[in-house]
Amino acid sequence: MELKEKFISSFLAVDDYLNEDSVLHDIRSAAIKNFEASGFPTKKSEAWKYTSLKSLLHNDLSIFPRQEATVEFKDVRKYFLHDLDTYKIVFVDGQYSAFLSSTTHEGMDVCLMSSALTKDKYKAVIENYFNKVAPQDGLNALNTAFAKEGAYIYIPKNKEVEKPIEILNFYTGAESSLMLQPRNLVVVEENAQVQIIERHQSLSGHAVVTNALTEVFVSQRAQVDYYKIQNDRPEASLIDSTYVKQDRDSVCSVHTFSLGGQLIRNNLNFYQHGAHAMSIMKGITLIEGKQHVDHNTLVHHIAPNCESHQDYKGVYDDNATGVFNGKIYVEKEAQKLNAFQQNNNILISDKATINSKPQLEIFADDVKCSHGCTIGQLDEDALFYMRARGINEKEARGLLMYAFANNVLESVKIPELKKRINRLIALKMGVQIGFDL
Amino acid sequence: MLNIKNLHAGVDQKNILKGINLEVNPGEIHAIMGPNGAGKSTFASIIAGKEDFEVTQGSILLEGEDLSDLSPEERAHKGVFLSFQYPVEIPGVTVTNFIKTAINETRKAQGLEDMPAGEMLQKIKTVSEMLDIDRKFLSRSLNEGFSGGEKKRNEIFQMAMLDPKLAILDETDSGLDIDALRIVASGVNKLRNEKNAVIVITHYQRLLDHIVPDFVHVLMDGKIVKSGTKELAYELEEKGYDWIKEALK
Repeated sequence: MELKEKFISSFLAVDDYLNEDSVLHDIRSAAIKNFEASGFPTKKSEAWKYTSLKSLLHNDLSIFPRQEATVEFKDVRKYFLHDLDTYKIVFVDGQYSAFLSSTTHEGMDVCLMSSALTKDKYKAVIENYFNKVAPQDGLNALNTAFAKEGAYIYIPKNKEVEKPIEILNFYTGAESSLMLQPRNLVVVEENAQVQIIERHQSLSGHAVVTNALTEVFVSQRAQVDYYKIQNDRPEASLIDSTYVKQDRDSVCSVHTFSLGGQLIRNNLNFYQHGAHAMSIMKGITLIEGKQHVDHNTLVHHIAPNCESHQDYKGVYDDNATGVFNGKIYVEKEAQKLNAFQQNNNILISDKATINSKPQLEIFADDVKCSHGCTIGQLDEDALFYMRARGINEKEARGLLMYAFANNVLESVKIPELKKRINRLIALKMGVQIGFDL
Repeated sequence: MLNIKNLHAGVDQKNILKGINLEVNPGEIHAIMGPNGAGKSTFASIIAGKEDFEVTQGSILLEGEDLSDLSPEERAHKGVFLSFQYPVEIPGVTVTNFIKTAINETRKAQGLEDMPAGEMLQKIKTVSEMLDIDRKFLSRSLNEGFSGGEKKRNEIFQMAMLDPKLAILDETDSGLDIDALRIVASGVNKLRNEKNAVIVITHYQRLLDHIVPDFVHVLMDGKIVKSGTKELAYELEEKGYDWIKEALK
């Protein structure tokens, strides 16, 4: 049986047991039908031209873990920003870990999707927001059909959340072929502010495929800063789809740090529904071996006087492959727009590859859109300058790569996180940079 | 200290240096002047170890040791310093962090421990006061958004911090106004002692009013065609280079 058929029959098998209200049941039933119709994306579709899921989607994959796994805090401690007081929503093999989490209902909700989906008090929010911005294609449909668990974050009007919220997904490898379907919903009401850090981390050498889907709703004058840390083992793969709907005068930034994994595909989509909305997308990709990272971004400008900024830096070594496909779509109504897109890449090895493709579709006549893409090697003059000051070649290369990626790091607003990413990057480059970055 | 014999070098089959001989002793200042395209900057880069150029003949000895097979960083560790005509910008790395890294790398190569933080701070303080550098300047990203003068002053700051045996100043005067020129020159003069040496590469005589050379050499078409004392610099300023060309014919 093909994987697709296997998943569909899994759905039919559990469908009877899912004790959910009729609305959610209808959504899931519709989703599995959509999945049945569209299936998994293939390289035939333009959006997946440079990324093949074929080798990942083998028939042994299963959706449901057969047993409950546990992890000790000491084994995962290093993945938390533990120097910092944060809210934490932690999942182990897709199941909520109450022991590792630190949720809240005081003045806001930072809790589980499973509660939100089943409890009456969340019903109105779920009906208004769940599955309302993500398109219903194959992988999204698959997630919607099966997703039980994930983070549910609701920030009411005027609330400034003082601590970052961490969403951590651990995979133990207790079962070797899981396809996880985490589902997050973030609703930030008018003039509220929140910072979120999301991480997927495999704890063993087993292959895992995560098909994560996050919907973010940013109301007027609200601000959301979202950070994604993708520094997984080389056996773990992640398809991370994020859909952000913004109202007027809102600001939303998403930073994606892709430093490790077998295959990472980021679908990052912004929909600007109100005037003066600002969307910021930044990424650092630093990979080696046979790793593959694909950034697929979309900014859909629907309202006037909006802005979008995209800045993606990539450093590729060995046989690593990268993709940047950035689409800016400007509706006729989206006048006085300022859209900026930049993708700079450094290929360290002759065998590394990057496919960079900007796509602009503009139907308004009074807009400012710019995009730029560079692919090159490290600046030899800069290298010589540093070496002539006594810095050895390896360290000089490391410093230059750090400098190259730096302006993306500059905008990270959580100092502890910035330090952490700096350390990860230095470690990744194998340099002992002689000062604390 | 520096002994260059019959140095030939070039890039892609093209000869740029065509037999340079130069001897620099401790405590001396040598000026190298010459028209554009004479090979002055190439000469400076080759001493510092730039790998784009190939040395085809001759030798460069520093205190008797041949530098030819050494990397740029190894030469720096042995006390060679090149002040760049066009210093590069390195965003995200502050002036202080960069110089700390450079100093500690050099110490590591010499088998020494890292410089203690207190000593480093004291040295930074002394040198920045000597060069009239604002402390705020030191926490800026290296050369990023610096004016021409700031870049050059920063080069001399690094030179003072690294305290080299042989400093080569490549067009350090370009882009400097007269006040900055004075500060830079007085910095260089304060660093001078009987153990180190300076090679000043310049188009113009004005820097040599402030950093007074013991010897002036004229580099033309890859060769030193004339050497003299500081008076030669005045003569060049006044008459240009054509008369030397004529005399050579």
